[in-house]
Amino acid sequence: MHKSIGEINRKIHDGSVRVVTAEEMPFIVEELGEEGALKEVDVVTTGTFGAMCSSGAFLNFGHADPPIRMERVWLNDVEAYGGIAAVDAYIGATQKSTTLEDEYGGAHVIEDFITGKSVEMRAISRGTDCYPRRTITTELLLENLNEAIMCNPRNGYQRYNAASNSTDRTLHTYMGMLLPNRGNITYSGSGLLNPISNDPQFRMIGSGVPIFLGGAAGMIVGQGTQHSPASGFGTLMVTGDMKAMSGDYIRAATMTGYGVTLYVGLGVPIPITDLDMVRRTAVRDEDIEVDIIDYGVPQRSRPTLGRVNYAELKSGSIEIGGEEIRTSSLSSFRRARQVAEELKHWIEGGKMEMMLPTRPIDPIKSAQPMRETVQGPRVLDIMDTRVVSIMETEEIATAAKKLLKGETNHLPVLDSDGKLVGIVTTYDISKAVVNPTKGSRVMDIMKRKVVTTVADEAVDIAVQKLERHNISALPVVDQERQVIGMLTAMNLGKLFGGRWLK
Amino acid sequence: MKLVVTFSRKAGKKPIIAQVVRDTGILINVERAMIDSSEGEALIDIPDESCTLVKERLADLGASVRILEAGIFLDESECVDCGTCITICPQEVFWFDDDWKLQMDESKCVLCGRCIEICPHRALSQKSES
Repeated sequence: MHKSIGEINRKIHDGSVRVVTAEEMPFIVEELGEEGALKEVDVVTTGTFGAMCSSGAFLNFGHADPPIRMERVWLNDVEAYGGIAAVDAYIGATQKSTTLEDEYGGAHVIEDFITGKSVEMRAISRGTDCYPRRTITTELLLENLNEAIMCNPRNGYQRYNAASNSTDRTLHTYMGMLLPNRGNITYSGSGLLNPISNDPQFRMIGSGVPIFLGGAAGMIVGQGTQHSPASGFGTLMVTGDMKAMSGDYIRAATMTGYGVTLYVGLGVPIPITDLDMVRRTAVRDEDIEVDIIDYGVPQRSRPTLGRVNYAELKSGSIEIGGEEIRTSSLSSFRRARQVAEELKHWIEGGKMEMMLPTRPIDPIKSAQPMRETVQGPRVLDIMDTRVVSIMETEEIATAAKKLLKGETNHLPVLDSDGKLVGIVTTYDISKAVVNPTKGSRVMDIMKRKVVTTVADEAVDIAVQKLERHNISALPVVDQERQVIGMLTAMNLGKLFGGRWLK
Repeated sequence: MKLVVTFSRKAGKKPIIAQVVRDTGILINVERAMIDSSEGEALIDIPDESCTLVKERLADLGASVRILEAGIFLDESECVDCGTCITICPQEVFWFDDDWKLQMDESKCVLCGRCIEICPHRALSQKSES
């Protein structure tokens, strides 16, 4: 049996269409079987409501008198991109305010417009013959704009890896606050309600398909940026009229310590034309797996702590290596449900018709990492290779002499195998002189917990270590914990010598 | 029940909470404490029925004691039920009900303030004490 889109639309018109949410679909298939479900169900609605940083809107302000060609534009002190004609701008969700920093940003401007608040627009220009005006400041409501077209380059991630943190300090990430020592796991996405998870082959999801976006009827533009369905991370570029959106489904947010983002309500209706679509939309939380990524490792490819499915994530806790770790969501499943429900009512009420994609989305593409032609500075580029060190069994006085002679403030301390076991600073020596009771040998006063770096570590990461621990030097160690160099705050000065700033 | 105990340390470093525990046999749970050289403030949790006794004994030892009434305020118009607060709360104040709506048990809160800081929608704040 095959149902055509025309047939489904006829049912939408005569009011006999049967629409269910992607949450209901697995039960229907279980009850009626696949053939039965195909006969019964015409459309499955999906929904998600979560942080979607890659969002924003094109705004057209109309012409002022005398006219201005706005070169730089600020909305409530948040800069919008003005490099598009005279009175157009793109306000990006994650752009932060020049005055309120992380507490207000592009996402807040969008929310304020949608919820009817007044927004102050400021712009500057050099002035031209056709656009003589140089500055403008005005208060604007959404209704004062000619157009406010939300256009989000990357929304509706098919699924998203969960996050945890194995280090001993708290991390503030776009995945929320990650407690030390795998203290929690955070996740994003609505699992079985997720649009692309219900059509991973992109048979019904593609350009021109009508959707629910922020409470308004919108449309899929096409594949989103960084679209990577080969690994299960497809994305969508979507658009919709901001003037028809609702503050219930568009919410600005701040991930503390990370920055501003926009919570977007997005739902895609999926017409059930054949058995394949029945099977796809019967997907359950148990079927959708993600990795738990360790955000404690500051590299593009971070290690994985395990693999879980959405049913496990939603259960509230997961066991990893015999340890029970609590999970919490960053997106709202309650609102995702509301999106799917509302979309269902729209279709049942004849408000939205089904449409096949006018241009398909590539179902097997893989996103590439950035091509880097100039490697950023590594520790080995600027470290000091003349290392003055001391054995742990030596006298403190010897350490003092070495510090003086070596013109350094940090002495890495080695054991008899030449391995790093501690560090002493001029401060430690001074303390030992003032308070001599601790002992007379280096091992009695050295710090045993040494923060180290390795030769091929990016300098930016080493600098983070210096800042975080409030220290001024890092021993550079090899795999055998032999000290092959020192990186001190002074070495960082080399970065300003020109080579790395070109 | 939670009590806020404020004491001065000028009179010496008397272990007043330990003293009350020993004298009354009531197990006092210290949930938060900030003590510096001149004064201290501790948030303690005790069984409701022992409230009067503990308050009196602490007062006898020179501390000022009040019942903690303030707690966390959830602004429902800002909350979107994302649940980010759930795992970062050390007291397990928050959870989802069967409809994925955020629920909270204020009585467990020790006002550590972590949820206020991290709520992406700035929906949580500290109630002012009346």
